[in-house]
This record gives sequence, C-alpha cells and structure tokens, in this order.
Amino acid sequence: MRVTFTANGKPVEADDVWEGESLLYVLRERVGLPGSKNACEQGECGSCTVYLDGTPVCSCLVAAGQVQGREVRTVEGLTDENGELGLVQQAFIDAGAVQCGFCTPGLLVQTDALLEQEAQPSDNDIREALSGNLCRCTGYEKIMDAVRLASARKCAKGSGE
Amino acid sequence: MSTRTIQGQKNLQDIRQSSPDGIGGSPLRPDGNLKVKGEFAYSSDMWHEDMLWGMALRSPHPRANILSVDISEALKVPGVYAVLTHDDIPGSKFYGLEIQDQPALAIDKVRYHGEAIALVAADHPETARRAVKKIKVEYEVLTPIVTEEQCLNPEVHGYVHEPHEYKSHGYGNICHEQKLVSGLGVTDEVRAMADVIVSGTYEVGMQDQAFLGPESGLAVPAEDGGIDLYIATQWLHVDRQQMAPVLALPEEKVRLTLAGVGGAFGGREDLSMQIHACLLAQRTGKPVKIVYARDESFFGHVHRHPAKMFYEHGATRDGKLVFADCRIVLDGGAYASASPAVVGNAASLGHGPYVIPNVKMHAIALYSNNPSCGAMRGFGAVQAAFGYESQMDKLAAELGMDPVELRQLNAMSEGDYMPTGQQIDSPAPVAELLQRVKDMPLPPPLDLDNLDIRTVPGALSNTSHGEGIVRGIGYSVGIKNVGFSEGFDDYSTARVRLEVIGGEPVAMVHTAMAEVGQGGVTVHAQIARTELGVEQVTIHPANTEVGSAGSTSASRQTYMTGGAVKLAAEAVKQALIEKGRRRYGWTEKDITLVGGKVVSESAGVLVPMVDLLGDEAIDLTREHHHRPTVPFDKETGQGFGHVQYTFCANRAVVDVDIELGLVKVVELTAAQDVGKALNPLSVVGQIQGGCTQALGLAVMEEIIVKDGKVRNASFTDYLIPTILDTPPIPVDVLELPDPNAPYGLRGVGEAPTVSATPSIVAAIRQATGIALNRIPVRPEHLTGTL
Repeated sequence: MRVTFTANGKPVEADDVWEGESLLYVLRERVGLPGSKNACEQGECGSCTVYLDGTPVCSCLVAAGQVQGREVRTVEGLTDENGELGLVQQAFIDAGAVQCGFCTPGLLVQTDALLEQEAQPSDNDIREALSGNLCRCTGYEKIMDAVRLASARKCAKGSGE
Repeated sequence: MSTRTIQGQKNLQDIRQSSPDGIGGSPLRPDGNLKVKGEFAYSSDMWHEDMLWGMALRSPHPRANILSVDISEALKVPGVYAVLTHDDIPGSKFYGLEIQDQPALAIDKVRYHGEAIALVAADHPETARRAVKKIKVEYEVLTPIVTEEQCLNPEVHGYVHEPHEYKSHGYGNICHEQKLVSGLGVTDEVRAMADVIVSGTYEVGMQDQAFLGPESGLAVPAEDGGIDLYIATQWLHVDRQQMAPVLALPEEKVRLTLAGVGGAFGGREDLSMQIHACLLAQRTGKPVKIVYARDESFFGHVHRHPAKMFYEHGATRDGKLVFADCRIVLDGGAYASASPAVVGNAASLGHGPYVIPNVKMHAIALYSNNPSCGAMRGFGAVQAAFGYESQMDKLAAELGMDPVELRQLNAMSEGDYMPTGQQIDSPAPVAELLQRVKDMPLPPPLDLDNLDIRTVPGALSNTSHGEGIVRGIGYSVGIKNVGFSEGFDDYSTARVRLEVIGGEPVAMVHTAMAEVGQGGVTVHAQIARTELGVEQVTIHPANTEVGSAGSTSASRQTYMTGGAVKLAAEAVKQALIEKGRRRYGWTEKDITLVGGKVVSESAGVLVPMVDLLGDEAIDLTREHHHRPTVPFDKETGQGFGHVQYTFCANRAVVDVDIELGLVKVVELTAAQDVGKALNPLSVVGQIQGGCTQALGLAVMEEIIVKDGKVRNASFTDYLIPTILDTPPIPVDVLELPDPNAPYGLRGVGEAPTVSATPSIVAAIRQATGIALNRIPVRPEHLTGTL
C-alpha cells in the first residue's frame, strides 16, 4: 500500500508498504529518518518515541497505515530549519546526558513533550514522565540534570531574560 | 634577558589558560551533536541500495541432535536469495574468543536454546521471517545438562561437548578451573586460630548486558573478493581474527569499520551476527544487513555467569580476619567464550579488598546446556563481591562490630599483598573510600505526612500509601582489575597526524578503539590537545586500517588506547621540535607545544606551529603495552597476574515495603579512586551508570532459565532499572595517581558495578532482618512466600 503523511513539516510518501510494517520501520527504512531508534520494538523502551499529531507515541507500536494523512515529528524535527539545535537537545549535550546515545532521541522527544506541558516540572514529575524511556548507560542522573537545565533555560527564555 | 623570560612566562600562562579542553577538563562529546540530532549512524541504521535482510533460524531446544534440515520450502519463498546451513561455510566451522569451540552454524546438534542453525537472506525482513519459518528441522530432543550436579557427573548425564572435542585443559563438563592457596591455606590448625567463623552459600542469577542498540551491521561484498563489514563491536581486530578463517579469506580482505555502538557492557565481545551477515553477502553477492530483534538479542549474546558460591571466613574476637575458604561455581553455558578469564578473575579477586593471611579458593566454570555466558561489566568480580561482602556483614553481626569498621580494620592498602602474592604497588585507599561514603550526608527520612506516592516502593502502581515501609542502610566495597591479565599483552595502537588545515594546526587521532558510549573519543581529543598544544582535533573513524586497539572492556581503553594516543602525540611533538631545531638551530632543552605555538619556558614563544609545519604533515603510529603479567599457577594461584587494581565503595539507603516485598532504593552513594580524572564529567557518568547496573542485579535483573529454556527474552519481562527505579547517585571522586599508568589514571567503568550490588542487599537486610543469600532479591524473598 502507499502511505502519505507529514514528517517534520514535509509531505512524504512511501510505496509498497507491507500492512504489518510499523511507523518506525517506515521512518527508518523507507523515508530516510533513522533518528528514531529500534531498541525493543515492543513499546517498552521508548527509544522510538515520536510526536503523532502532537502526542508522543512509541512509533514501533503504530501501524504504518494509521499515519495516513497525519503529522509526525521525529527527533530530526527538534532541530530548526537552519540546523540549530533545539533547547532540549542542547541541554542533553551540555549536561553530559548523552553517552552511547541510543536512548537519546526518544528521551529528547519525551522531554520536549513534558516541558511543553509543564515548563517547571519537579524531580518526581520528570521521573514519572520519563519512566517509559530506558537508558542503560547514564544511571539517569545526568538526564535529570539535562531536563532541569532545559527547564531553567526555557523559563529564562520565556520570561524574556 | 630577564625581561624576555618574564614576558615569555606570562605569554605561556595566558596560552595555557586558553585551553580548558585538555585532560582534566570536561569538553563536550565530539559525537554528541550528531547523536541529539538523530543523525549519528548506529549499526542498525546502515543502509545500502539493493541490500538484503539476513535472519537466523534458532533452536527451540537447549539440547538436541539435529537429524535433518530441509531448506527447500524456504528457498521457494519469493524474495528469498539464499538459505545457508553449516554445509555452506567455506572455511573453518568453529570460532571462539579463547577456545574455538563454537560452530558458526550448528552442526548435527544444538547445545543451547536459541543456537543458530540456518540463515536466510531476503528482500524484506518479513520475507526473511516467513522463510525462516519454512525451514524444517527434525530434532532428537535430549535431556539438557543444566544443574551443577548434572554437569559434574558426566558419566550419568553425559557431556555438553564430547570429551575428545575439548580443546581446553578442562575435563568432564568443566570448562576451566583455578585454584589458589595462600598463607597456610585453610587447615584445621588455621581454623583453630579463629575465634569466630561464619559461612554462607550465595547465589547470583544470570544478568544481561541489555545494551539498547541491537546487534546489527551491514556486510558489503567487495570487488577484490573481500568483504567490508560495518559493525557495532568492542574489538574490531579480534572479530576479524575469528571471522577470516570461517569466511576462508585472508585477514586483510576482511575489513571492519566501527558503526555507531548503542552500548556494549561486555555483550559485544563475542561475535553475534558478524559471520552470518558476511556468509550471506558472500553467497548472494549483495550487501546484507542483519538487525536482531530484542528477543534475538537475548539469544544472540553471552550473559553474566550465574554463580553459586560457598564462603567461610574466620576472624579473631577483635575482628582481624584469619582465613577465607571460598568455592565459586560459574555456569558458563554451552560455549567457552571468556569463561577461562572470568574464572581467573573470580579466583584472584574473590576474597575482596582485604588482607587475609590464609586463603583457599577454588573457582570453576561449567559447560552446560544453559545460555552461554562470558563478559559483562565487572567480569567475575561482581559475583564474588556479593559473596564476600555478605560475609563481611555476617561477620560484623557475629562480632557485634560496625560493618564499616570491620571492613576498614581488614582493608588492604598500598604495599599489602594479594592472596596471589602480588604486591599492591599503587594507592589502594579502601578504608578511606568507605569513610567517604559513610561521611556523606544521609537523605532525609521518609515523611509519611507529606508523601509523594511516586517516591515509595510500588510507586505508580498505587499499591501502597507508605504503610509497612522500613528504611535500611548498607555499605560495601569492591576490587576490580584493570586490563587483560595473566600474561595477555593487550597492547593498543594509535596514529596521530599533525598538519595545517585552514591556517590552523589540526591533529587527527586514528585508532581502532570501539567507542561504545564511554567517551573514549572525547578523551583522545583531550590527550592530543594537551600533548600537542592544539585546539582542533579530529577523530578518524575506527577501523582495521590501523593496528589493534584491543577491547573496549576491562576498564582498559583510557589506560591502553589513551596511553597509545599519548605516546603517538609525544612522538609527533618531538618530531616537530626536531624539525625546528634543524631549521632554526634552537638550543633550549625545555621546548614544548602550547596554544598552537612552539615555546620554551626559558625563551618564550619560538615560532607558531603553522609556520614550522608548513605544508608538511607529521603522521606517526605508536603502540602502548602495559607492564607484563604472568598466568596464575594452576594449583596455587600465585603470580603477578593483574596490571592494575581499582576500588569503589558504596552506601545504599533503601525503603522496603515489608508487606508487598517491594524495594525502592532511596539513594546510592559512591566513592571511587580514579587515579586521575581525565574527563570528570565522563568519570562521574561512568560511575553512576555502573551503580545503576549493580542496582539492577540487586533487585530486578535476571534471565530466567528453566530446563535450559529462556523464559523472559524481552524488555517486557527482563526488567532493567527505569528512571523511577533509580535514585540520586552522589559520587565522590578521589584522585591518587598510579605511578605505573599514563597520567596516573585508573580504569573507571567496572568498579562501581562490582561494589554497589552488595550495599543494596545489605541495606535490605538491615531493613528487614532477613538473611538474603540470592540476587536479584525478589518480592517473594522478602514476604516469605517463596
């Protein structure tokens, strides 16, 4: 089947898509957006998290046909048109929250969604929001630092500082 | 003259301050930008026009004879390009890290659940999956050999490998063993010298590395008949060494390039899909990509050895250790992998960081029909630490002593001897590390009146509102070796090139080091900056075009490959200075490179590097070898076996819901001596990550194997700590230089994984009063419902 949707603001189409293919597979193997990662493909690790019509979802659990005509935003879409890093991306780098980095794309999307909803989350809010994203390298401490840093920068920016 | 010198010194100082990205600083990762953009190419992201997908058929039985394999129906599936069995292997059919006992594809029998039998290459992963299902295998299912008793009675239960197939010095179903006796050993007379004796039997479950990036890679057949493989691994050259004979190719025609690695933790030391992808690419003449699904990943790599251990310790009334009697049985599973080295570590480190005058140790690894076990972070030292640290707590209780004081009383320090007879010839601040974690402030007590339910055991499941919660505190310390031991010369190679690019001096560092997330690439750039006095450093992709860097394991890469980069950079620096001496006739003895300039402490700035280099590049390669070690004596375990030792201490604070049997680690504190923190940010990240894997082993992580069959090969059922399970991990870094190591550094990555588990179990024991002798600790152990 043919699937057409919007990825990071641009229309994309994929042909000869097998009905059982996931959105994750289509993104990674058919439309050249391998940023979302394939760690468990069971919805357990969060590495493949993308926005679907503005809501973060595990793209491995979404059948490709379900995104027909809808809007997808991936980790690649957190960078602006000029290649400038988004606020959350920069905070993850600055805090040392990226080690092997395989969990990073999913965490970035989930963190972005958290801060959209709650610009100043408490530590427990952060832990709850990111509990669906496994990281095997960092011990999560630097991820906490990154989210706190992104939050602080976002608030400073929001208040015009 | 004096004015000039002062001027020069001022200059030098200014220049030095302008470079915070050298060693001791925490510059950002060179790969970080790509990683946060989603543009970093991991091995599963490899793509090639016209590529095929490879997949393996795996055994559903842990032990069976293969009577027949029929691939005819699979070959008929449209879109299938090849189906291969062991008959199609052009070269040697076996490989292995230390013992070549593992068939690339099963031959006549399978020895573990998930062993690969046949391979398919097809145009879509789903086509491959369907074809794999059409391969018909007729099995004669045999009773698996899975318990220690079955393994040790081959006359009754048979052999995992036929005795004549044993290529090691093992016997029966024993893959490897190591004995050790020091002092008087453990005799009746020695026992009589102890006022108090405590003993215990301890068990460690099978832990998985659970790296997030699945085993994957792309094999591309080359025009010269060779093959190019883009792969996530820990050691490019040892992969190639094992692959080439199977592919019937000379090593130089098997070219490996490191693709992005999504974590490793030992699980990528053995081959997984490397040979399979290359065999399919050779047969089809097309690029072949293999990406394991998560369940296949659980089958496709070796795990941490599960262990059964017996420990007996004797001490005087005032707490001085008199003897330790230890037996460690590791289940190595179907194939040897790294079992011999794991046994060596367990035997030589299995008494812990303590001075014990009389020691008897016997460590063995078994062959069984359980999943193969090999390298995982902590490598033989993790299992033992749970045993000896449990014993220290038991002994302290028996003597009525504070557990930290007992440990400090017996702690080894510089100048002491290991039971192997090796003298500790660099700092060993065991007592100090314990004191540091003890002195750190404690987290506030649980406030039941203002409870955020997310902070209690059971948390989001809403199973409790804080009733029945008891807090406990536990301590531990551990010892780990750094680098490969027992006579292994695990050298590393680095190539450093210095040239002018865009009017700036730029250094390029080329090694075969596998960057698996630990941050070696950052540190290499820091070393090059420090030694060459330049800002711009590029890291060449790791591949087999340069000499071996050895494995990214054993906490050795900063020591070994970092050391090689230092040597190569120093050589480049000397070559550049020589060039200047020839050209300008400098006579100063103290010439060095700082801030892009050739300088002398006595004469100030001599010349900008760009002027001296001109169009010429200086490109030099150097090897770094550590000081030699020797194998342990088989019977006595004596010998200078390890390159370096590293120590970490922990304090764990836990809340236990004693009604539900649920544990929440509230805080896990670590203190570690790293010799010299080349990159403090990375060092702390390694320690926190290592502690978290230890937390997983303590309370949740285990591959459940019943009758040889894996029951939980998924992230749904194999639980690794989430951000909700993981507490704050305050880290205290100590820097006592090791005179034998580059910059005085000490390997970092593994020690916290060795030490942190026992502290958590000790804290749970303190909270509950239950004598826990098996990890992971499960709810049923705490509620008495086992």
